[in-house]
Amino acid sequence: MSMTSNGYDSSVASEIIASFDAKPELLIQILHQFLERFTYISKDAIRQLASELNLSRAEVHGVVSFYHDFRTEPPGKHIVKICEAEACQAMGSRQLSEHAQSTLGVDMHQTKDDVTLEPVYCLGNCACSPAVMIDGHTYGRVDAKRFDELIGSMGGEK
Amino acid sequence: MAHTRVYVPRETSAVSVGADDVAIAIARQSKEKGTEIELIRNGSWGATWLEPLVEVEVDGQRIAYGNVTPADIESLFDSDFLAGGAHERRLGPTQEIEYLITQDRWTFFRVGLIDPLSVDSYTDHNGFKGLQKAFEIGSEAVVDAVHESGLRGRGGAGFPTGIKWRTVADTDADQKYITCNADEGDSGTFSDRMLMEGDPMCLIEGMIIAGFAVGASKGYVYLRAEYPLTHRIFLKAVELARDTGWLGKNIKDSGFDFDIEVHLGAGSYICGEETAMLESLEGKKGIVRYRPPLPAIEGLFGKPTVVNNVITLASVPNIINLGGERYAGFGQNRSKGTLAFQLAGNIKRGGLVEKAFGISLREMIEEYGGGTASGRPVKAVQVGGPLGAYVPAEQLDTPLDYEAFLDIGAMLGHGGIVVFDDLTNMAQQARFAMEFCAIESCGKCTPCRIGSVRGVEVIDKMIAGEDRDENYELLVDLCDTMEDASLCAMGGMTPYPVRSVLKYFAEDFASGTRGADE
Repeated sequence: MSMTSNGYDSSVASEIIASFDAKPELLIQILHQFLERFTYISKDAIRQLASELNLSRAEVHGVVSFYHDFRTEPPGKHIVKICEAEACQAMGSRQLSEHAQSTLGVDMHQTKDDVTLEPVYCLGNCACSPAVMIDGHTYGRVDAKRFDELIGSMGGEK
Repeated sequence: MAHTRVYVPRETSAVSVGADDVAIAIARQSKEKGTEIELIRNGSWGATWLEPLVEVEVDGQRIAYGNVTPADIESLFDSDFLAGGAHERRLGPTQEIEYLITQDRWTFFRVGLIDPLSVDSYTDHNGFKGLQKAFEIGSEAVVDAVHESGLRGRGGAGFPTGIKWRTVADTDADQKYITCNADEGDSGTFSDRMLMEGDPMCLIEGMIIAGFAVGASKGYVYLRAEYPLTHRIFLKAVELARDTGWLGKNIKDSGFDFDIEVHLGAGSYICGEETAMLESLEGKKGIVRYRPPLPAIEGLFGKPTVVNNVITLASVPNIINLGGERYAGFGQNRSKGTLAFQLAGNIKRGGLVEKAFGISLREMIEEYGGGTASGRPVKAVQVGGPLGAYVPAEQLDTPLDYEAFLDIGAMLGHGGIVVFDDLTNMAQQARFAMEFCAIESCGKCTPCRIGSVRGVEVIDKMIAGEDRDENYELLVDLCDTMEDASLCAMGGMTPYPVRSVLKYFAEDFASGTRGADE
């Protein structure tokens, strides 16, 4: 049994690494697959990646910690990202972020009740600001009311 | 009888305001009514303010319906919209929408028009003609045509593309690379995304031509992870190109091999800087490299590498097909050709406007954009992303070309235009410029890594009214240091927006409040 209590499965991890021919230059692409499969990058994952890609743990850790996307803690069932870049600021994203934090009862970069809230710097939806991304889907023209509706419709499914 | 063609964009912005739901509702309603339709998921024409924009082809002409919601579908069918029937959402023929027909569509001429995931649709509209001509005229002539067109890097730096290609072509190596920078991180920009979603084959064709011109057999696209739909569409396009012999070994019996690999970024803004992007493509931290050596000499994996933005590469097929001098006929001064401007932020009619260089910022905002979304006066316009200056309303008559913007201490960058109304506190925007730099700095050089953090602190003191004059001096000094001593544009240009606020909106420091996030 290669599965650990945190949902990490070293044999699945090995398969993912092998599907990229264990090329160290594909580390970032492999990490994306790890995120998809395991939702975050655990210490076990870093150890295994280092060993199977013939890199040092420091090198893998360096990459994981450099990129915002590679979270090292388990996220909530739903990930809500609010664009806080300039085009969205011009259309009230600061207020939207405040609204999100108070209605969800969670601060930016934190997880509570199945929801992880994060800022994002541009979703490229700048002609439909403010923009948010919920579970990988981008939404535009999001005011407080539409935000509440979107959160309400997240439901149990993911 | 042929099925009526109905177009509903599959493009991030259109989908973000409900285009998928609209497409589903149309398919369902059509089934219920027993009408036969062919639903095509095109790219967006760029009139984003009208999205979801649905079109119906009637007697060879496309009739547009704007801001369609799923709730409209039943009444649209009842109004016989499949025959172009009258309805409150009806805008008339797409080809008569002023916002679109007055543009100079060179790079985006197929976007919106074609089915992005059909090679036939692409070749029916001049697709791959540039590549075929490139094979006929040879690599030297291709580089010459690009040089003659005056095309400059559309990622923001504006370096002449012909010179870059010539350098790579002239450098001997066993392997060379074409890398496409699709890490479109600047707020207010989305043209790379729209091109890749609406006409992905055009980027593929541009990359093959680049490879042929410089002698590279391998291309990489570095796409930001914030664009998941773009990723899906582009991967599919690459697959289609391979299946039809437009990518891979011996492309269409030319004897030329070229293939493309797509890499995803991981949420780092600095990876849009070309050397950081190369590091990231090698699977490493996106730390900026020292230059020299230039990437054209020693780039990806130490090999000669072309690093071009999506729009640069996508402008090439038409340049080869129609000739460099045709492209150079657009624009003014040393800004030749067209730029796909993006109207964003507080703007009534946001979207993509491809125009020859030279139109004024005011025309762009007032005539295309229709002014602010809030209806209030424009206070400032940030052009060129987070490293671009805030242009005050009194400078709106500046023509949009590289040199004119440099003259006012601003830059065009990737063509993003973000409008702010008079309720904006500009001190907060200056603070954000420093904050963003602190969040996104790669950390290699001190002026950027530490300077940005100190910048936020000093601005906070100024906003709080603490020794305002003294801190003003300190901030100017800090901007000098960052500008002069940073390794790349991140630290080197973060002072641009900050200085513009100090110069034109200094009074906002007196009326500012602390950051909304504190």
